[in-house]
Amino acid sequence: MIQVSGEFIAFFVVSCFVIGGAVFMIHLVRVVHMVLALAFSLLGIAGIYVLLNAEFLAVVQVLIYTGAVSILMLFGIMLTRHRDREEEGTRLWHSVISFVGVGALFGILIHTIYHTPFAGRTAEVEHYSTARLGETVFKKYVIPFEAVSVLLLVALVGAVILAGKERNT
Amino acid sequence: MMAVTSYLALGAILFCVGLFGVLTKRNAVMVLFCIELMLNAANINLVAFSKYGLHANQTGQVFTLFTITVAAAEAAVGVAILFALYRNRNTVKADRYDTMKG
Repeated sequence: MIQVSGEFIAFFVVSCFVIGGAVFMIHLVRVVHMVLALAFSLLGIAGIYVLLNAEFLAVVQVLIYTGAVSILMLFGIMLTRHRDREEEGTRLWHSVISFVGVGALFGILIHTIYHTPFAGRTAEVEHYSTARLGETVFKKYVIPFEAVSVLLLVALVGAVILAGKERNT
Repeated sequence: MMAVTSYLALGAILFCVGLFGVLTKRNAVMVLFCIELMLNAANINLVAFSKYGLHANQTGQVFTLFTITVAAAEAAVGVAILFALYRNRNTVKADRYDTMKG
């Protein structure tokens, strides 16, 4: 039995936002509306991070996902043919088979989650801070940090080359 | 106090919704965006275990930070590949990209 506390109410409301945005994304017809629903869902995930004492990650989530990635996807839709709608009914069997498969995976996941004995302990979250996160990144994980910066540079150059005009050879 | 199972269940629901979107959406941009949703579901699990895990510490948040960075790079390259495909095939329907179909 779960006691009703402030954290539980906040979790309930925020997860309703997140799941509602995702389900709306599945059911909407126009692609621009889908992107808006999914941006709403990603904003709710930032709220989940706040509940889990990860404030810096919440800010990063808002900046990267609800800001940058959503706008990138909107660019992707606007620069291609965006007046198209998702046609329904043409691939009914495909949808049914996908739904059954995903439902089976969901059942297995939920069964596993609720039958695994977790430790039930909570970390000392009062020591969690952005300063400690930064110290961990720049002292213990400095090599992966540099590797990720190189990866970002390579991805940027690769994206420019891929999306740029093709030269006649 | 909240149990870790609630957060894991939320992650599982989001992952399954994203997977269903990947399998059924025909617009390639939406397929990319559903993949981002699945990555976010994995991130929720990482952050939940950084608070409720057996040896819980802030390393889980560091890992999530790296995952977000790699996912952003993936989104940029994915949209660029999509532009190149759109220029060549003049469509964004994912089931029209069937040149390599036997």
